Formats: sequence, structure tokens, C-alpha cells
Amino acid sequence: MKILVGIKRAIDYNVRVQLRPDGAGVVTDGVKMSINPFDEIALEEALRIREAGKAEEVVAVSIGPPDAQQQLRTALAMGADRAILVDTAESVQPLTAARILLKITEREQPGLVIVGKQAIDDDNGQTGQMLAALWGRPQATFASRVELGDGTMRVVREVDVGLETIEVDLPAVITADLRLNEPRFVKLPEIMKAKRKPLDVLALTELGVESGSQLQIDAHEPPAKRQRGVRVEDVPGLVAALKQRGLL
Amino acid sequence: MPRTLIIAHHDGDRLNPSTSKCVSCALELGNEIDLAVFAEDPAAVAAEAATLTGVTRVLTSVQSDSGHRLAAVLAPQIAATAADYSHLLAPATTFGKDLMPRVAALLGVAQVSDLMAVVSPYTFKRPIYAGSVIVTVTAPSDQVVVATVRIASYPAAAGGGSAPIEPLEVTCELPTHTRYLGLEASAGDRPDLQSAARVVAGGRALASAENFELIYQLADRLGAGVGASRAAVDAGYVPNDTQIGQTGKIIAPELYFAIGISGAIQHLTGIKDAGTIVAINKDADAPIFEVADIGLVGDLFQVVPELEQALADG
Ligand SMILES: Cc1cc2nc3c(=O)[nH]c(=O)nc-3n(C[C@H](O)[C@H](O)[C@H](O)COP(=O)(O)OP(=O)(O)OC[C@H]3O[C@@H](n4cnc5c(N)ncnc54)[C@H](O)[C@@H]3O)c2cc1C
Ligand SMILES: Nc1ncnc2c1ncn2[C@@H]1O[C@H](COP(=O)(O)O)[C@@H](O)[C@H]1O
Repeated sequence: MKILVGIKRAIDYNVRVQLRPDGAGVVTDGVKMSINPFDEIALEEALRIREAGKAEEVVAVSIGPPDAQQQLRTALAMGADRAILVDTAESVQPLTAARILLKITEREQPGLVIVGKQAIDDDNGQTGQMLAALWGRPQATFASRVELGDGTMRVVREVDVGLETIEVDLPAVITADLRLNEPRFVKLPEIMKAKRKPLDVLALTELGVESGSQLQIDAHEPPAKRQRGVRVEDVPGLVAALKQRGLL
Repeated sequence: MPRTLIIAHHDGDRLNPSTSKCVSCALELGNEIDLAVFAEDPAAVAAEAATLTGVTRVLTSVQSDSGHRLAAVLAPQIAATAADYSHLLAPATTFGKDLMPRVAALLGVAQVSDLMAVVSPYTFKRPIYAGSVIVTVTAPSDQVVVATVRIASYPAAAGGGSAPIEPLEVTCELPTHTRYLGLEASAGDRPDLQSAARVVAGGRALASAENFELIYQLADRLGAGVGASRAAVDAGYVPNDTQIGQTGKIIAPELYFAIGISGAIQHLTGIKDAGTIVAINKDADAPIFEVADIGLVGDLFQVVPELEQALADG
């Protein structure tokens, strides 16, 4: 079985994101970029499945600018066997990303596609479900445990009220949640080795997917700010402040 | 005539409170509102939904088995119903987040995730980058709008209504490739985080599951729900479903206690809409104090038992 993993290049989660002065987006110049954290988890799961002998190949796919090759090299260093960059200068929205991943899926015929539950830049949380719908295959979102069976898979999902278990036929799409695993650290020799692993670059036009955005972005603005509050010295002070607000 | 369809989130017996908040959002669109209940026995949930003021009709679709809990089974049925509607809404709970992108893709349209404000029927605001930035987006007006509603942005709709309940007939082929096996609900009868008026949350500083007992006791004293930071969940002190934040639950209680939580941006985005935020942290420079309405610098292992005692004494 082959596993396809979505790797999105995103601003590192530790960066304090700043609005551009012209309001046309966020500052990305000189800002640290990383693999979307959920995609590291997705990749880690794929690697563990391969290491358990249940898959032969792990292919990392990124849709993005040429610089996304950096994230794909990191994915290769983590252990992916090969990588594909779908090269596009403009940022793609989830429906387009799903259509592109569908094309790759048709070419590669994976038994499993693992993506993150959400990309922490646009916080959409849509691509995996959309891919599953377009592909006509099962989706197991917010996965916190995956057990592969024979042509099927059991997935424990993190839902609002607890943990839900579903069973799906393969091929299927998983979206990784935080507790699925802890991604490994990349070791230096792996980084050297990753330089020799195959990384194919495809032009978006080669895939025959229209790029255009479905949602028009009109404006970016800062969020409403909360007022700074009061400091209290001790527990009696806290109780008094709560009472004053009518909360006790 | 533009019409909105809301997909009810329910557990088979009761309507989830998030559905009512979707009604408040839908009212801003100015359309007639249908509310669809897909369930094995929709009667009780439908009766509850019919009381929500603003709902024009409640539509019930009887499902043959527990498969209706699955996006793969529900999505084609909703897509088959979509032609009658200009807007399809569901709450941004794990139910809606799982389901709606699948519906949108079947319809070949984009989805607006975490809709937080309606600017006009096709223009909306939503948060990105963990709420660091708010974007205004416009969806094409010649297509159905599919959206999940950020429930912390909306109040519950008023009760007292009496919408008619009508059956919804949908014919489409349903997949068998996905099977529902069961739910392990987190134990306890504490208030549900997403609708609780009060929430007490603990962070990494609690240092163990045993110590989290302090948080539970204070919560019980206040009749509050219990939440946590990601660090506390990852460390196994509390169940996954207590996580508050960008990638957990977004909540809007009247009163929120952040205890031993530093206030990372990923956490703060989950509590921005809380009425009063109380922070207890031993580090006076912790970022949580920048958003707290009432801050107390101190050791939680001293402060929390003392607070609980003070509340017990009245
Ligand atoms: C992809 C991604 C998604 C994330 N999603 C979320 C999310 O949804 N929700 C979330 O919460 N986080 C999320 N995080 C994690 C987030 O970045 C922080 O790491 C996390 O919120 C920190 O948790 P904490 O405040 O409990 O721990 P810490 O940051 O370690 O803070 C502990 C605090 O306790 C204080 N303290 C220590 N001892 C005491 C004491 N005795 N008395 C009083 N105070 C004390 C310290 O001063 C400190 O401020 C996410 C991270 C990533 C990468
Ligand atoms: N441009 C992209 N390149 C590769 N994978 C992507 C891309 N966009 C989304 N994905 C995958 O889909 C997941 C969910 O993304 P989103 O729907 O944007 O929140 C991400 O965690 C990735 O695994």
C-alpha cells in the first residue's frame, strides 16, 4: 500500500502573525515558515504504518510556491520516500487543494491519504473532507488512533463529547488530530540523505485543475481587543472583584 | 426566495445548544429558516427545535440506522436537498466541521469556516491565524453558501416558538463504506463546555491528573464546566475534549478561570468571547494577564484551595 500525505507550508506556530500595513494580508517576509504542525503528525502516522510493515511507500505532497520544497525536504528527512510539489504562486483554497490532491490520488493510487485536521494559517479544516467527497471515499476526521485491518481501518476520533470509533473501507482519507502521535525529530544524517530522495515538481496547469479562488478575500483586520483588567492582591480581593461584577 | 437550511446537531435525544446559536446567525441573513433533523427517531429533537424563535419549519428525516451520525452518510442527503436553499449552515462543532466540507465539495462550492459575523448575505467575517486576523470574505451569489458557524459569536436563539414540523423526503444512494461503531463519552455530569455559563480551566502547572482535582472541586463549587490547555491534555491530566483553543473548543462563558495557563495565542482564541476572564498564575508577566479582567499573581496550589474555601464559606 502507498500512503499519500499532505504537507502544507505555513507560518511557524511560534510566530506572532502581523497584519501588513496595507491591510492586504499578513507579513511573510523574513518570517519563519514550517510544515503545518498537523501535517507533521499526519506524516508521522504514515511513517509508523510503513515501519509496521503495512505500507511500502510514503509520498509527501505539497501545493505551494517553489519554496515549499524546503518543507518537502524536511518531510523527506523525517522519512517520506518521495515528494511531489504542485507548483503554484497563488495560495489555493481548500476546494482547489482537494481537487489537486484528487488528481494526485488518481495518478498515485494510494490506499490511504493522511492530511492534517486543519492548516493553522487559514484555519479552514476542510481539505481532507473535500478530498474524500470528490474521491467518493470514506473520511475519518480528527483521528486520535488508527488501526489498520485487512482492507479496512478502525479510527478513534476526537469529538466534542469524547471519543468516537468508526470503521472505514480502504482507500480512505484520514485527518490527523493532535493526540494521534508525537512526530519524531529529524536527525542530521537524515537531512543529508533526504537531499538525494526524489522530489518531483509539477506545474498546476499540468494537472488540469482550475486555480481560481471560490471565496473572494475583501479585507484583513485586527481582532477586537479586550480591555486590560484589574490586578487583585489576594483571594479576598478576587472574591470582592467577582462580587462587584455580580458574578458571585 | 432565499432560504437557509440549518443542519441540527443533536445526540439522538436532545438538540445540541450550538444549533440554537446557528439560528441566531441565520436570522442575520434575513431568510426564512428551515431546520433539518436527521435521526432514527427525530420526534423529540424536532419538538425541541420547533420552539426556537425564528425557525420557519422543522424538517425531519427518519434514518434507518446509526449511520446518520456519519458525514459520509449525511452529506449526500443534504446535498440532494440543497437545491431549495441559498444558505446551508451547521455549527462549528466537531459534527459540523466533519460534515459541511463534505457537503460543500459534493456541491462543488467553497465553505466558509467559523463564520463569526454576517456583513451581508454573501459577505462574512471569519478568524484566521488563531484569531490574530479577521478576514472578510465574499462567496459567489449564484451558488449556495455552505458555512460552519462559530458558535461563541452568537447568543442562543429565544425559545417560545412553535414552528410546524414536516417530513423531509430525500432519495439518494447512501454509501456503506463507513460504519459507526460507538462513542465513549467522557464521564461526568458537569456542564457542557460549549454552553456552560462558567468554566474553570487548568494548564500544565497542575502537573498531574491528581492535582486536577483542585480544578474539579472549584468547578463543582461554581457549577462550572471544566476546561484545559493543550499542554494539560497532552500530558494526560484531563480528557481530549476539555481542550480549549484554536484546535479545541471555542467557548464563550460569562465567567472563565484560567489557572496555571500561560495564555498562548492558540489558547486565547478559544476564550476571546468570555464575559469575565480570571487569571491565576505565579508569573506576573504571563500573557494571560493581557486579556484577563481580573488577575491574581500567586501559586495556584495555595490560591485555589483558599478560593474554594472562601466560596464555601459564602
Ligand atoms: C498546532 C497547535 C495547536 C494548538 N492548539 C492549542 C489549543 O487549541 N489550545 C491550547 O490551549 N493550546 C494549543 N496549543 C499549545 C499552545 O501553543 C501552548 O503550548 C499551550 O496552550 C500551553 O499550555 P499551558 O498554558 O498549560 O502551559 P505553559 O505555557 O507551560 O504555561 C504554564 C503556566 O503555568 C504557570 N504556573 C506554573 N506553576 C504555577 C503555579 N504553581 N501556580 C500558578 N501558576 C503556575 C506558569 O507561570 C505558566 O504561565 C497548540 C499548539 C500548536 C502547535
Ligand atoms: N496547499 C496544500 N498543500 C498540501 N497539503 C495541503 C494544502 N492545503 C491543505 N492541505 C492539507 O489539508 C489539511 C487541512 O487544510 P485546511 O483545509 O486548509 O485547513 C492540511 O493540514 C494539509 O494536510
